Amino acid sequence: MALAFDEFGRPFIILREQDQKTRLRGIDAQKANIAAGKAVARILRSSLGPKGMDKMLQGPDGDVTITNDGATILEQMDVDNQIAKLMVELSRSQDYEIGDGTTGVVVMAGALLEQAERQLDRGIHPIRIAEGYEMASRVAVEHLERIAQKFEFDVNNFEPLVQTCMTTLSSKIVNRCKRSLAEIAVKAVLAVADLERKDVNLDLIKVEGKVGGKLEDTELIYGILVDKDMSHPQMPKQIEDAHIAILTCPFEPPKPKTKHKVDIDTVEKFETLRKQEQQYFDEMVQKCKDVGATLVICQWGFDDEANHLLMHRNLPAVRWVGGVELELIAIATGGRIVPRFQELTPEKLGKAGLVREKSFGTTKERMLYIEHCANSRAVTVFIRGGNKMMIEETKRSIHDALCVARNLIRNKSIVYGGGAAEIACSLAVEAAADKYPGVEQYAIRAFAEALDSVPMALAENSGLQLIETLSAVKSQQIKENIPFYGIDCNDVGTNDMREQNVFETLIGKQQQILLATQVVKMILKIDDVISPSEY
Amino acid sequence: MPIDKIFKDEASEEKGERARMSSFVGAMAISDLVKTTLGPKGMDKILQSTGRGHAVTVTNDGATILKSLHIDNPAAKVLIDISKVQDDEVGDGTTSVVVLAGELLREAEKLVASKIHPMTIISGYRMAAECGRDALLKRVIDNKENPEKFRSDLIKIAMTTLCSKILSQDKEHFAEMAVDAIFRLKGSTNLEAIQIIKKPGGSLKDSFLDEGFILDKKIGIGQPKRIENAKILVANTAMDTDKVKIYGARVRVDSMTKVAEIEGAEKEKMKDKVNKILAHGINCFVNRQLIYNFPEELFADAGVLAIEHADFEGIERLGLVTGGEIASTFDNPESVKLGHCKLIEEIMIGEDKLIHFSGVAMGQACSIVLRGASHHVLDEAERSLHDALCVLSQTVNDSRVLLGGGWPEMVMAKEVDELARKTPGKKSHAIEAFSRALVAIPTTIADNAGLDSAELVAQLRAEHHSEGCNSGIDVISGSVGDMEERGIYEAFKVKQAVLLSATEAAEMILRVDDIITCAPRRREDRM
Repeated sequence: MALAFDEFGRPFIILREQDQKTRLRGIDAQKANIAAGKAVARILRSSLGPKGMDKMLQGPDGDVTITNDGATILEQMDVDNQIAKLMVELSRSQDYEIGDGTTGVVVMAGALLEQAERQLDRGIHPIRIAEGYEMASRVAVEHLERIAQKFEFDVNNFEPLVQTCMTTLSSKIVNRCKRSLAEIAVKAVLAVADLERKDVNLDLIKVEGKVGGKLEDTELIYGILVDKDMSHPQMPKQIEDAHIAILTCPFEPPKPKTKHKVDIDTVEKFETLRKQEQQYFDEMVQKCKDVGATLVICQWGFDDEANHLLMHRNLPAVRWVGGVELELIAIATGGRIVPRFQELTPEKLGKAGLVREKSFGTTKERMLYIEHCANSRAVTVFIRGGNKMMIEETKRSIHDALCVARNLIRNKSIVYGGGAAEIACSLAVEAAADKYPGVEQYAIRAFAEALDSVPMALAENSGLQLIETLSAVKSQQIKENIPFYGIDCNDVGTNDMREQNVFETLIGKQQQILLATQVVKMILKIDDVISPSEY
Repeated sequence: MPIDKIFKDEASEEKGERARMSSFVGAMAISDLVKTTLGPKGMDKILQSTGRGHAVTVTNDGATILKSLHIDNPAAKVLIDISKVQDDEVGDGTTSVVVLAGELLREAEKLVASKIHPMTIISGYRMAAECGRDALLKRVIDNKENPEKFRSDLIKIAMTTLCSKILSQDKEHFAEMAVDAIFRLKGSTNLEAIQIIKKPGGSLKDSFLDEGFILDKKIGIGQPKRIENAKILVANTAMDTDKVKIYGARVRVDSMTKVAEIEGAEKEKMKDKVNKILAHGINCFVNRQLIYNFPEELFADAGVLAIEHADFEGIERLGLVTGGEIASTFDNPESVKLGHCKLIEEIMIGEDKLIHFSGVAMGQACSIVLRGASHHVLDEAERSLHDALCVLSQTVNDSRVLLGGGWPEMVMAKEVDELARKTPGKKSHAIEAFSRALVAIPTTIADNAGLDSAELVAQLRAEHHSEGCNSGIDVISGSVGDMEERGIYEAFKVKQAVLLSATEAAEMILRVDDIITCAPRRREDRM
């Protein structure tokens, strides 16, 4: 470790407790960082593609997650290394922005780092590599734009959307019924989509799961599903043409926030107070009844007496409904959330065609279906499956599929999957490399090679001969000048991704390349790692 | 350059073969653990809890055993989870599902060792599971149309379920009881309406199903012990001092006389309430909450039977049986629905006094009183009966039934084998393996009974070669026989759930090639 000396020759300490800190500088720092980044990418590499394997994660509390979703794996991995954390962030931002391709982006970044290492060994300065990557990524993104295809769909013809969602789902454990799940996802997105503004609010799609049954029983409900039952066991289990009062105030005596005391010192006061209390409950229920509500959904609990009064006046009620669900119910039924009984008016009631309670299995679990809502803009995907982990994984998969469908509604461009887009980009970048004078040329070539790693990982996971397959596909693309040839992961017998109907969204792919490049640039620019010593 | 460690301390990663091996081993260990409990001659396990008192449970129920295990292996947790779901969903077959999943993994391990990719195995398993289910669907028996036949089917199913449990001695008795109870439900799957009361003493044979409803409570002192044509008010209300609920109210007085006055007012209030309740014209009052001495006395004066502190479920059931609504306010007596029953009386079971409601208006609910030598026996009997009731209630809704005794497994194995012969490619190995895993279930059943499993299964396989064979293993006589004649039936829904969830779980574990274990969360030292 280099020490600085002052003019008298004494060692000059710049960092506090310098000798206790481990410090990596220059090329060593970059190498260490690259190694860490690569290690993360290696973990995910085998999860890529339709034949990708799953990871089993055991959390700090012993809970088990089995998943194939890159973002989830990294999030739960309990990572300590700083660079590895950057990779985790990378995958997460892809998840937030696009929702799909979270594994691909990490594999891509890993490949870029690997190539960068080779260039570093050649003595190319990291900044020049970073710049070369930057240029190359621009070329790749532009090329993607060029090879992208618009594809047409509308509410009545959503087959293309289903195909794209199926591509996403085919890499998950749920691929057994990818067709029906993809349809559910697309229908859900179309139900809530604002096609005019090309926007989809995914918050309106609720994904609810319940263990039991089988995956095929998964269904889309045009309405809301609440994991609650009626507050009184003898209330009707089915209400048609319900007028719903959505309340956020409890059916309980008022509890003013300011401190107060009511002193009882005479018998009269005791009597009046008692009367008032009774009257209070009566009024609350009467108020609901007066505005014409036939169902009360409340965020809080009920007092026993209020509960009976509700039952008695034939006003079914649901208590302890969560805030988020309450909002969804309000959106779906077109009602308003009412914070005080006094403000209850007929206009604020939500309307639903059918509310019913349904019980599941042998345990006493019941759920409330609110269907045929006034405003069918909120939907619920109700997942069934053999076990808890299956449900969780299905939820994640459905989320991915929903995101893909949303992206397509925002931007109708698609590229071909199965590594076809990456191979096409790689060829374009390779060709563009020669146009750049200077050291960057090498970096650009390295980028092209890194792009090959995604199809390579696909081929490897599918048990194909990687180099053979890749070179065959590449030459086919050049020969016929068609960017549709990819890796035939499912052993269908054709390389043509159009025939196999393997699509990915353009923005997803572009985002992958841009994000991966950005992170790699950031990692390359680090030349000094100072970490506090272990103590 | 050595790779820095990426994970936190204590976190670990197992990759590739090692990961697969560890999940196989874990899953198989679990399946071997419960394997010996399978079948009519399966053995029981003693579970000792680590909690205070080291409570002991003796059971044969897969889900109960697995629930009480502390497992660290993630793959084992998957199996425990499927068993739990099986319990919640259909109630029976909790052991079978784990054993089948374990066998599937055992076969998969061999295939992986002979260099077949897990994904290929999975696709083979999927095809096989599909094929197996179709084979069962083709051969289901549905007697929904014929109520008498259906009832006998149900009894046979109940007997099959019970014969592997502690109740096997008196299975006819319990099967009749369970079926009667289920028929009273009239198609609903709400098992809460069937109350199981456990009273130690007597023998299991003395257990009985009661047409009416039994409440494990005593009748208040000085109140009638027997009421005919009872009008019952079922209530959930405070019968103590009935506090003023408005927040912040309190009593503040400055002299003794006022205390007395207020006390008087309170008493008056209570009296009012009791009078209001009496105004309903009732002669029995059941409350979920406590009834204090004062109101109890008032009720006794009025000749009304008052029962206090009936638990929540008891109240709900009582509401269900007698047809009354659960009331909390008593201002308009004319519109409150009262419950009715022909006779309320105090009865004795063993040493305990219970209240018996008979001749109830709605016959949905009923009570089963279990008698037995010890608490352990009763607990296990309850679990067994619960299994039987679950299966029956599901069968009432989905009336398809199958033969038992390893018959469905053999039928599936045969079809799956045929599929394997037709399928080209490496998948066929996986399909073949699936059929071997299926056969492992009758093998285990025979092994557990101490029979020559190789001999019996081979014989069974030969007999199944002919179309429309009804052969299965009759463990009691230790031979292969016609299952239809011996009346061994199982519910289709249970078998289907076993098949599908076991395949799903095996698939899930097979797909894993990497296990990442996080550092266990540190507990705060509570010293």
